[in-house]
Amino acid sequence: MSDTTVKKPYVKPSAVAGETKSRALIAGIPARAFILAIVVIWTIPTLGLLVSSFRTQIAIAETGWWHGLINFTDFSQWTIANYERVLFADDMANAFFNSLLITIPSTVIPITMAAFAAYAIAWMIFPGRKILFVIIVGLLIVPLQMALIPVLRVYTRHGINGTYLGMWLAHTGFGLPLATYMLYGYISSIPKSILESAHADGATPWMMFTRLVLPLSIPAIASFSIFQFLWVWNDLLVALVFFGTRRPIVTTRLAELVGSRGQSWHVLTAGAFITMVVPLIIFFSLQRYFVRGMMAGSVKG
Amino acid sequence: MSEVQQLQEPTALEKPAVKAVAAVTILVATFALIAGGFFFLRDATAPRLLTALVALVIGVGGIWALFFSFNTVAELFGPAVRDKILPYVFVAPAVAALGFYIVWPGINTISLSFMDRFGNEFIGLENYQFIFTNEAMLVVLRNTFLWVLLAPTFATALGLVIAVIVDRFGPLTEKVLKSFIFLPMAISFVGASVIWRFVYAFQPEGMPQIGVLNAIHTALGNAPVAWLTIRPWNNLLLIFIMIWLQTGFAMVILSAAVKGVPKDLLDAARIDGAGEVRSFFNVTVPYIQGTILTVLTTIVFLVLKIFDVVYVMTSGQFGTNIIALRMYQEAFVQRNFGRGSALAVILFVVVIPLLIRNVRGMRKSGD
Repeated sequence: MSDTTVKKPYVKPSAVAGETKSRALIAGIPARAFILAIVVIWTIPTLGLLVSSFRTQIAIAETGWWHGLINFTDFSQWTIANYERVLFADDMANAFFNSLLITIPSTVIPITMAAFAAYAIAWMIFPGRKILFVIIVGLLIVPLQMALIPVLRVYTRHGINGTYLGMWLAHTGFGLPLATYMLYGYISSIPKSILESAHADGATPWMMFTRLVLPLSIPAIASFSIFQFLWVWNDLLVALVFFGTRRPIVTTRLAELVGSRGQSWHVLTAGAFITMVVPLIIFFSLQRYFVRGMMAGSVKG
Repeated sequence: MSEVQQLQEPTALEKPAVKAVAAVTILVATFALIAGGFFFLRDATAPRLLTALVALVIGVGGIWALFFSFNTVAELFGPAVRDKILPYVFVAPAVAALGFYIVWPGINTISLSFMDRFGNEFIGLENYQFIFTNEAMLVVLRNTFLWVLLAPTFATALGLVIAVIVDRFGPLTEKVLKSFIFLPMAISFVGASVIWRFVYAFQPEGMPQIGVLNAIHTALGNAPVAWLTIRPWNNLLLIFIMIWLQTGFAMVILSAAVKGVPKDLLDAARIDGAGEVRSFFNVTVPYIQGTILTVLTTIVFLVLKIFDVVYVMTSGQFGTNIIALRMYQEAFVQRNFGRGSALAVILFVVVIPLLIRNVRGMRKSGD
C-alpha cells in the first residue's frame, strides 16, 4: 500500500488508478467465473457424497442426489439408516476404533523419538552428528515401497504381522525422517542463551529437554502431529501389508466395501463419510497448524 | 571412572555392583512392560475398552518409559560419563527405527530385485527384463509416466492461477474460497476414490443415471458411458482425481509465495504497460520459480508412490495399472518378491536425483 502512495508523484495519479481499476474489473469477470467454476467442481463431488449418505437406498438408486436437494422437503427420502447399517452390520464402528488405536501411538512414538534425536543432534556434541543428519534428510526421499517386502518377511517370521505394535513401529520408521527434519529445524533455532543459562543452573540434559526444549517446540510438534495423524489415518498401503483385513481399520474396510458391494451406494457413501469425519474435524479446527505441517512436509528445494 | 567418582558425592549408588543391578533392573522392567503389553494385545480376548486402554498406555507410555529408563541408567554413572553417552542414548531409538524400517530393507529390496520370486535364487536382470519387455508392464510404465507428467503439472498450474486470482479478493472471501479448494487435502485417497466413483457411476441406458458425469452426458442427448472402462482415456479420469486432491496443496504454498512478490515490481510492470497476463508471466512466475519447482517435485514424489486411487477405482483393470499398484499386486497378491522388489527399485531410481539435490542443499546450508 505505502509503495503505491510513494509512486504516485511520478505518474499522473488519477489516470493510473482509474486505468488499473477498470482493467481489473474487465479482467475480473472471466477470473471470477473461473474461480466459481473451480469451486463448484471442487465441492460438488463431496457434497454429492454427503447428501447421498442420508438418502434411502431406493431414493439413491431411482434419482440422482441433486433431486434430493431440489425436492428437499420430500422427507420420505431422508434417513440415517445407512449410517446405522455401515457402522454396525458392516463393522465400520469397529474399524473406527481400531484406526484410533493405531493412529494415536503411531503419531506419538515418532514425534517422541524424533524430538530426542533432534535435540541430541542440535545441542549435544558427539562425533558424526552432522553426517547422521544428512543421512536422515536423504532418507526423506526413499519410497515406502522399498521397505515393504523385507520388513514383511521379518514380521511374518516373528508373528508381528497383524499386531498394533507392528503398525506403530512401521509408521514410526516411515514417519521419522520427516519428523526429525522438521523438529530439528525448530529445535536448533532455540536461542543458545536459554539452554546455556539452564545448564549453568545445573539442569541435567533430561530436564532441559523436558522442561525447556519440548514446551518451546510445541508449534512444530503440533504441525507434525497433525500431518502424521492424517497420514496414518488415511493410509491404506501400510495397513494392507502389515495389518491385513482380519481386524478392520477405516481405510481397509472402506476399500473392501468397494470391492464387495461396489454398487451399494447407500453403504459406500455413509462409510466414506465416516472415514472422513476425523480428518475434516481436524482440518476445520486446526487449519493453521495443518497448513504449516503441509508446507513443512513439502520436499525442501 | 575414578574421575567420576571423585566428582560424585559417595552414596549407595556409587558401588559398581549396586549401579549395575539398578541399571539392569530398570531396563528389564521397561522391556518386560512393553513385551507384556505386546503379547496381551496380540492375543487379546479381553474386553475392548481394556484392550484400548492397554494399547494407548503401552504405545504412548512405552516410548517415554524407554527414554526415561535409558536416561536414568545413564545418570547412574555421574555427570561426566552421562554427558558422553547421553547423545547416543537419545539418538539410538531413532537410528534403530530408521535402520530397521528404511536403510536395511532398502538395501535388501535392491538385492531381492535380482532374485527369483521366493527371494532364494539369483536370476540376474530377469525381473527388469520382464518389466521393460512385457506388454502389460509397458502399459503400466506408460500410465505411470502419464501420472507423473500430468498430475503435478496441472495441479501446480491450477494452484498457481487460483493463488494469483484469489489474492485480489478481500481477506475473508479469499479464506473461504481457499478452504473449499483445499478441503480435499484432508480426505483420504480411498475416500476420494469413493467420491469420484460416484461421480463416474454408470447405469445401462434407460435406467436413471445417478452419477453426475453421466447425468450431464445423457442430458445433452448422449448414451450413457461406462467411463472407467474406456481405454486409454480412463487414465485421464483417474489422474484428474489426483489433480483434484493436490491442487489445494499447490495453491496454499504458492499463495504464500505470490504474496511475497514485491508490490513495486508489479506496479512497475503495470506502469510499463504490461497487462495482467504479461505481468503474471514476466514478474510473478520468475520471482517464485523456486517455490514452483518445490511444489512440482513434491507432487511428483507423492504421485509416484500413491496406489490407493487406482486400487479402489479399477484395481488396475482396463489398462489403468501403475507401478505403485502393480508392485503391491506382484509382491503381496502374487507373492512374487523378486518382481515386486524390482518395481520398488524403479520407483526409487526415479527419485534419486531428488535425493542428491536434497543432500547437496543440506551440505550448503549446513556450512
